[in-house]
Amino acid sequence: MGQQIRLEVVTPTGAKVNEDVDIVNAPGYGGDFGVLANHAPFLSTIKIGTLTYENGKKRESLMISGGFCEVSNNKITFLVESAEAGSEIDVERAMRAKERAEKRLAQAAQQTDNFNRRRAEIALQRALARLKVANR
Amino acid sequence: MATLKEVKTKISGVKKTAQITKAMNMVAAAKLRGAQEKMEDFRPYTAKFVEAMSNLSGGANTNAFPLMENRDVKAVELVVVTSDRGLCGSFNANIIKLALQKMVEYEGQGKKVSFVCVGKKGYQLLRKTDKVRKRYNETMGNFQMFHAREIATDLADNFLNGTTDKVEILFGEFQSVVRQVPAVAPFLPVQPVAAEEGAEKKITGDYIYEPSSEEIMDVLQPLYLNVQIYHAMLEVGAGEHAARMTAMDNATNACKDIVKNLTVVYNKARQAAVTSELMDIVGGAEALK
Repeated sequence: MGQQIRLEVVTPTGAKVNEDVDIVNAPGYGGDFGVLANHAPFLSTIKIGTLTYENGKKRESLMISGGFCEVSNNKITFLVESAEAGSEIDVERAMRAKERAEKRLAQAAQQTDNFNRRRAEIALQRALARLKVANR
Repeated sequence: MATLKEVKTKISGVKKTAQITKAMNMVAAAKLRGAQEKMEDFRPYTAKFVEAMSNLSGGANTNAFPLMENRDVKAVELVVVTSDRGLCGSFNANIIKLALQKMVEYEGQGKKVSFVCVGKKGYQLLRKTDKVRKRYNETMGNFQMFHAREIATDLADNFLNGTTDKVEILFGEFQSVVRQVPAVAPFLPVQPVAAEEGAEKKITGDYIYEPSSEEIMDVLQPLYLNVQIYHAMLEVGAGEHAARMTAMDNATNACKDIVKNLTVVYNKARQAAVTSELMDIVGGAEALK
């Protein structure tokens, strides 16, 4: 096994992950990116999506939403508003959220209500990301 | 002179009150622990956030970001964060007092003032000023980030469309279990975060930014607002329970004092009754002789 990088996922309710891993894949601003050990210092915003990391044969996924990530000194830190593992996700609730968001989106499209549309879009993204992680 | 029965009822009533306040004290103590844990959990997040913000905003031109724009202040919005429930001493009253003071101060300068109330108590007390624009109830109990996000988004939108030029948060700062002070924190425009001394050295200028550092700031600022609101909510949450703990402890002690005094009164009355009965009996016996 080669070198590892320390992964930290910090949310407002405490640190979620703190361990050495082989590779981290995350949804960055310009698309997904992977980070290996000894990556150059790097700072990127994070979109709503799935964070995966591998440690040996173990492969874990987390649903993360809004925040940013920083890589320095062989350490990658995610500062996100929420991070949930597949087992923690309430699939039914996410399904309901998805339907609700889709309905709102349809309504907002008729009224050209930008504020509500933006909100519904974000809610929909979040619900979809949750479902994706839960189904892994 | 109170009759024996009256005093007795009063004693048992006060004792029951003491029982309730004692229980509330214990509940508050347990809840305080939970709230303090939440604060502990939140601290690494804020610390990291402030660090990143100061790294980024160091050389930034403040007027380049709409959320940082310093405008001529015509309308001020005060976000008053209080608890949902009362019975916690002067905790909420102090926050409200500060809010009213600020209102008078800003209005004296000819500025328009509006309130946004987070927590039920603030609304109840500020309702009569007729300046409450929005209120959020029942958000203090569970501390969810999405509440903070909702509030922050609303405030930011109002700032961006020019309805308000300056937003401040008023909340009860939790200094220790026995000390909570009302505090004001600037909210909007976003203040550039000054790097603390010593932290200066850690800044490495050769980060790869994706996208550019300015665009990252654009994303970070709304998040930073959420963090601030959430922080205020946590402080108030912990402060509320601490204040209630002290208030209920005082109430229990006061009840004990009252019971003590009433017992003295009760015993005096009982003795007086015994003496007068004895006098009667003795008098009756004398008359029979």
